[in-house]
Amino acid sequence: MGRYLKFLIVGIFFGIILVKSEAVSWYRIFEMFKFQSFHMYGIIGTAIITGIILLLLSKQLKLKTIHGNYIRVPIKERGLPRYIIGGSIFGLGWALCGACPGPMYILVGTGAFTVLIVIIGALIGTLIYGLFKNKLPH
Amino acid sequence: MEYILQPWPWYISGPCFALIMFTLLYFGRSFGMSSNLRTLCAIGGAGKKIDFFKFNWKSQRWNLVVVLGAIIGGFIAHNCLSNPIDIDLSQNTIDDLKTFGFENAGKSLLPPELFSWEAAFSVKGLIILLVGGILVGFGTRYAGGCTSGHAITGLSSLQLPSLIAVIGFFIGGLIMINFIYPILF
Repeated sequence: MGRYLKFLIVGIFFGIILVKSEAVSWYRIFEMFKFQSFHMYGIIGTAIITGIILLLLSKQLKLKTIHGNYIRVPIKERGLPRYIIGGSIFGLGWALCGACPGPMYILVGTGAFTVLIVIIGALIGTLIYGLFKNKLPH
Repeated sequence: MEYILQPWPWYISGPCFALIMFTLLYFGRSFGMSSNLRTLCAIGGAGKKIDFFKFNWKSQRWNLVVVLGAIIGGFIAHNCLSNPIDIDLSQNTIDDLKTFGFENAGKSLLPPELFSWEAAFSVKGLIILLVGGILVGFGTRYAGGCTSGHAITGLSSLQLPSLIAVIGFFIGGLIMINFIYPILF
């Protein structure tokens, strides 16, 4: 249990920030895709800029993980169709139900239990991908 | 305390997401929420029929603990740290939503027109939530990540595949809002 405690704390922090930033709100996602507010772009933009700085700094300072390895980000495989088609399909769903895979769970925590239907859908979608993975262009 | 109860500005919450990503890297893991869906399918026994789910899901337990924490965090933030809950949407958004039949936009986290029990269990409402979920589950696994894995982790590490994926997120989102919403609502 002890080694999982730190992940529980990270998760709690994640849930609190997503709610307090309003990024869990369906309305904010609609507004973002309508380009009618800077709010979501500010969040994502400052997250990326801070992330770039943290990763550059950790490289410069040769920071290591708790396991003693250098900090590094997993490299995404090369490819085009999977990113553009898969990304677009996710975008359709994100704009329709206003929740990406983090907020789904967090919304349940806020008491929005009908979001469980979205989660069930997401599990079905993942299963469908697993079924047809080998037939899809990647 | 007053500042905590108000919605947090983007320049506070944005860097916090980067800190979460970095903390997980420091713990030797990576930030990615959609992979939990694959883990949950594997736990449910999908690996017996489909190879994609045949992997050692126990190595992913840490990420399910993050999910559990996120649910608790959502509960705490919503019930103990939020007052008032109103969302300060732009007037254009409120007006546009009204033309789609969404009243009182921003008075709650989610529109009751889609997420109330009545709406969610009407035929149309159920299909919207279920299909939305299916698109999210299928799309994120096909693209190999979602907002956390691609938009935050991938773009922070300047990876081209993640940029392509994020462009895809917007292609899909813009098609949905501009072409499919007018048909649905």
